[in-house]
Amino acid sequence: FICEGVSLGEAVREQHGKDESVHRCRPPDVVVFPRCVEEVSALAKVCHKHRLPIIPFGTGTGLEGGVGAVKGGVCFSLRNMEQVLDLHPEDFDVTVEPGVTRKALNAYLRDTGLWFPVDPGADASLCGMAATSASGTNAVRYGTMRENVMNLEVVLADGSIVHTAGKGRRPRKTSAGYNLTNLFVGSEGTLGIITKTTLRLYGIPEAMVSAVCSFPSVQAAVDSTVQTLQAGVPIARIEFLDDVMIDACNRFSSLSYPVTPTLFLEFHGSEQSLQEQVKTAEDITQSNGGSDFQWARDTETRNRLWKARHDAWYAALALRPGCKAYSTDVCVPLSRLPQIIVETKEDLIENRLTGPIAGHVGDGNFHCLMVVDPNNPEEMHRVHLFTERLARISLVFLEDCRHPSSRSLLQG
Amino acid sequence: MSGRVLVGVKRVIDYAVKIRVKPDNTGVVTDGVKHSMNPFCEIAVEEAVKLKEKKLIKEVVAVSCGPQQSQETIRTALAMGADRGIHVDVSGKDYENLGPLQVSKILAALAKQEDAQLILLGKQAIDDDCNQTGQMTAALLDWPQGTFASEVSLEGDKINLVREIDGGLEHIKINTPAVITADLRLNTPRYATLPNIMDSLMNNETELHKPNHRTSLCVGLIPLFETVAPEDMQGGTDRSGAMLRHTVLQSGKPKRIILSCLCI
Repeated sequence: FICEGVSLGEAVREQHGKDESVHRCRPPDVVVFPRCVEEVSALAKVCHKHRLPIIPFGTGTGLEGGVGAVKGGVCFSLRNMEQVLDLHPEDFDVTVEPGVTRKALNAYLRDTGLWFPVDPGADASLCGMAATSASGTNAVRYGTMRENVMNLEVVLADGSIVHTAGKGRRPRKTSAGYNLTNLFVGSEGTLGIITKTTLRLYGIPEAMVSAVCSFPSVQAAVDSTVQTLQAGVPIARIEFLDDVMIDACNRFSSLSYPVTPTLFLEFHGSEQSLQEQVKTAEDITQSNGGSDFQWARDTETRNRLWKARHDAWYAALALRPGCKAYSTDVCVPLSRLPQIIVETKEDLIENRLTGPIAGHVGDGNFHCLMVVDPNNPEEMHRVHLFTERLARISLVFLEDCRHPSSRSLLQG
Repeated sequence: MSGRVLVGVKRVIDYAVKIRVKPDNTGVVTDGVKHSMNPFCEIAVEEAVKLKEKKLIKEVVAVSCGPQQSQETIRTALAMGADRGIHVDVSGKDYENLGPLQVSKILAALAKQEDAQLILLGKQAIDDDCNQTGQMTAALLDWPQGTFASEVSLEGDKINLVREIDGGLEHIKINTPAVITADLRLNTPRYATLPNIMDSLMNNETELHKPNHRTSLCVGLIPLFETVAPEDMQGGTDRSGAMLRHTVLQSGKPKRIILSCLCI
């Protein structure tokens, strides 16, 4: 039985059973391609009646195995719903369907002077980003998805269609009612299928300038971060890369940054405000032993710099061809960041693990990209123990610890 | 030397839009479809603004030929840094028949009127893919042309140009005044920022011109018979003894690439 919106083909099912993580493919039993929310709702009703698991699928660019159909079921591939609806430039909001990716939206918006700044590495579906509460390098100034989703249209497991902030509503703030929107943001596809998301937009900054600063130690780099934020500099991006990560990036992206703990910085604002921000940041980094800033002012150079950062995942993988990568994701109070990164590096060296570190230090968040040989059970076991230790230390630091790779290791 | 640069900007259907053919096959659907500045024209505007920022030229004038909506395209150019706009009003049947020959006559006339030192255009428009306007304009003015430019530098009253050609890169040196058409790798266009867009809306920097019908618009018209969408893809067939590799790409639109090797 062949029809356009349904596929039983093995290749199509396999394609929809994995994302960009190391987790093995768990194909669904069937993939459906609804074209509108009414079709999503009707299909959900069918699944509900027959007790079939539902797996929403956006772009498959997740890093945490979220689309694996561990118990089989029906994968709802939402790529045919790809409209940008309802753009209100004067109100700084737009509503999009699941097939619209963040780069596609920003290309659409380019004539309006607006942009959507949340930027996880991949060109992900915006509704998928809502479901996973994506963050990115711009979060330190513009926030994550939690702060920037104003309304959602969601199809629940029984087919009912819900508007979390009211149908067609897009208030910039509200004190009324339960915050259902943020219940669904970050629910990882477990509470419903997101079919529309209303997003908060920002003005494209008048000027942007990026810089790279090398430090003699992790402590110096992270101290500079903390002090820059304390000085009230509205820094747009502040990313930490340890020496292993910088080395990997140098090799992968043909760069030649010094192989020491490094900060990648970006400043947004008017020309005058940039000068102030940069002066303050430079004073701080120099007082911590940081090198002179290596500047990237024009668009091409800046894009190359951030592409190198966004390619960190692939750069880490390239360190050991044939291996797979797990990403840990840990967030601690800023003041504890130097300590946890230093301890993590010591742990990695002691246990002979490859784990370049890259992080959104402005949020107290860092990723350890564990590169491991999946066919070496002893190494996999060492990685497992390491991630458990990491999760425990961060909990001790009494802050949010989202550690999906360890969780899924335990489950799977 | 006036130090004035004319930049042609064309309003086209946005590159990300899925094009649909009208049911009566007379053209493509344009009503309610998102339009924006032709991407190669954006690159041309960026290059002109960069030259002005380097103080190598004095004024950037954005020109667009088309109906009322072309003014939006000119405003985008102003928001990117152009100083002035000229909207050449062409609408209705004249707009349907507007092609490179007509546009190049208009640009040639404007270049003389504005005493332009340089004309910067995109190498082609993404709707008709003609790649003719720059060349025709240069011929009408008897000016040198540097097409498919991936690098431009001004040296006194000459221009050093690197062109992307089939064999690789060609380095040429041409006199000014000249016509240059921009290729993809010339630069990365800046985004128009909100304050600049607001400015361009409030300041009325755009002049309206009416083209001369007889000399510009009515010559060399090319009749259009029919517009037809490409056929839907058919499935592949399995040829015994041959190797077939069937790949579905994951970029949102399924494509099938079938490679077959002859059996030995």
